[in-house]
Amino acid sequence: MIPFVINIVYFLLSLALLLAFIRLTQGPSLPDRVVALELIASIVVGFVGVHAIDTGISSLLDVAIVIALTAFLAAIGFARFLERGTQE
Amino acid sequence: MTDIIVSILLLAGASFMLLAAVGIVRLPDLPTRMHASTKAGAMGAMFTMAGVAFFFADGVVLARAFAIVVFILITSPIAAHVIGRAGYFIGTPLWSGTIKDELRDNYDSQTHVLRSGYEDGPGSVAPPPEPNPDKNV
Repeated sequence: MIPFVINIVYFLLSLALLLAFIRLTQGPSLPDRVVALELIASIVVGFVGVHAIDTGISSLLDVAIVIALTAFLAAIGFARFLERGTQE
Repeated sequence: MTDIIVSILLLAGASFMLLAAVGIVRLPDLPTRMHASTKAGAMGAMFTMAGVAFFFADGVVLARAFAIVVFILITSPIAAHVIGRAGYFIGTPLWSGTIKDELRDNYDSQTHVLRSGYEDGPGSVAPPPEPNPDKNV
């Protein structure tokens, strides 16, 4: 039962990744793209979790932690960049 | 039994993430897109991590999954707040159907100063009208 469900979950997450990528490519403003990037990072965290179940390697959760941390720092960095760019 | 719980949690997490992605494509402007992506995306990641913790049923994995959930729960609102703030500052247009923008009247986009109307003390705002003394019993 689990492998079948994991295939469905992979499909749903791939679809979500595709939709977020559409917003990333055509987003009218830079904050829209940053939001799309943040959602992509969140989806990738889900991918890594599902892959950890698929392969049975629990060490992959460390990868998920690092991806979540990097996405947060990237979002903060983009926000600082956007705000500082307006004041000059 | 564990398989059923793990399957339900994984499917719920993937569905929430797909919902977030649909929202980020379909919704009209930046704050509504953030509303869809940050909340539903964090919820999806949390469901997925709960499924991982149930599948492995191990103390170390549970601690890691719990750490990821707490981290997402802390950072997702902060990131959304900071991006929304930056997006408002640089003048991202709101949806044409927006009916309330409380910052527009009180916020100066050049100096980044937000006024409340109470700067000169409580007396600077018109007090409520005095009750009429003739009608007191």
